[in-house]
Amino acid sequence: MRAYESITSPLPSVAARTADQLPRLLPAGFASGPASLAGHIGRYGLPPSSARDWPHRQALIDEVGRSGLTGRGGGAFPTARKLAAVAAQAAPVVVANGTEGEPASAKDKVLLARSPHLVLDGLVLAAAMVGARQAVIVVHHSVREIIDEAVAERRRAGLDGVRIRVVTGADRFVGGEASAVVHWIERGVPTPTRTPPRLSERGLGGKPTLVQNVETLAHLALIARYGSSWFRAVGTAGEPGSMLVTILGGVNEPGVHEIAIGTPVAEVLSLAGGASAPLQALLLGGYFGCWADAGAAASLPFSAAGLAPLGAGIGAGLIAALPADACGLAETARVVRYLADESAGQCGPCLFGLDAVAGEIQRLADGRTSSLATLRRWLSQVDGRGACRHPDGTVGLIRSALRVFEAEVHQHAQGWCCANRPGAVLPVPPRRQP
Amino acid sequence: MSRPARLRVDPIACAGRGLCAEILPELITLDDWGFPVVQGEVPGPLMGEAREAVRVCPKLALWLEKRP
Repeated sequence: MRAYESITSPLPSVAARTADQLPRLLPAGFASGPASLAGHIGRYGLPPSSARDWPHRQALIDEVGRSGLTGRGGGAFPTARKLAAVAAQAAPVVVANGTEGEPASAKDKVLLARSPHLVLDGLVLAAAMVGARQAVIVVHHSVREIIDEAVAERRRAGLDGVRIRVVTGADRFVGGEASAVVHWIERGVPTPTRTPPRLSERGLGGKPTLVQNVETLAHLALIARYGSSWFRAVGTAGEPGSMLVTILGGVNEPGVHEIAIGTPVAEVLSLAGGASAPLQALLLGGYFGCWADAGAAASLPFSAAGLAPLGAGIGAGLIAALPADACGLAETARVVRYLADESAGQCGPCLFGLDAVAGEIQRLADGRTSSLATLRRWLSQVDGRGACRHPDGTVGLIRSALRVFEAEVHQHAQGWCCANRPGAVLPVPPRRQP
Repeated sequence: MSRPARLRVDPIACAGRGLCAEILPELITLDDWGFPVVQGEVPGPLMGEAREAVRVCPKLALWLEKRP
């Protein structure tokens, strides 16, 4: 630790600022490149070193519980409950999940690229809290070098009591699902595995495994330093804290921003320079999220409770703005084809069902002969029928499209579409050769 | 007297052979692609058929989960 005593702080310490100031996770201002270890410690201070000792471990888990932190990978599961479940077991493993296989989302990549040490702090602290001797971080290939460099920097400084292994994530949509991440690390196969057993009971190498999204771990690193009240100074009572959001589509400056949970949707869009064209709808949460009418969503808080009236949620923090001159059905059909292709191919209803559904919604979007009744029957047959939630998420997206773009569904059945925008709004990687 | 049990299917192991639906059509139907849709809770009188369905599954994809 001696190495840090002489470090002068290039940025005002986060603890010295008022707790409601954002950003917390990302660098403030226009700092470029990843934060160095010195800059990181200058800003946040050293992580508490007592996390490894009982009863500090339990006290820290309780503090995380009081903070109300939930998983930021889209699941929103209470982090303290996961920590406690794994801490109760012998010889566990901790995995930081920065796979971010969703092609439209960038928040985990940006976080890892700008604040790698905050995530690594969180990983090391989580390992300490559950008593793990192994820590693995899985990251997108675009930020692999940054993380390797950050891990090497920490090793040279002798900062961590646990060795961190870095793994490049599988560039697949389902590759980020927790059991798929474990499967990938262990066998190089990015597909989900069946439950039971739960990962918290038997995961990596047969050991109890804690898989946490990288943003969740970054929040955890701050809660361990500044406490739960500090964390709760922003956000809502039910959903405290800040979160990273990826804003794209019909906005002037697409990008990743940090918001207090519960910030009105219109205000979130203004962080990205506001709408670049009149908007008709927003895709909220991610490709497993929901379409919502742009006007109806604008004044609502961006929180699970706030968006619930629209049937939508915050998911992994994606907001995609659909301009009025784009076709929501065509956009949905393209994304659904991608999601169907991205099925791990393990479960029959997902493999065959999503393919059938993708074909039907494409025919619907194209104005070719299609049956809405058949589509709806297939949706109910696919929903909840996989080992993971891939089919369910895709079904949710389609159901919201049929609801929000109901008028277009009828227009397309008559053979016309009023969209005249060239090019696609939602990004989808080129189709793989089957 | 048998305890209440839930019929569960492992969707990864299941290959849609459909034997279970022939033995236990009361609780298992097939979707449009031939994969079983299982209604979980097994009433006492159907427990024998449920055990038989589990026994004949060639992929060992079906099991009875005992309720405590």
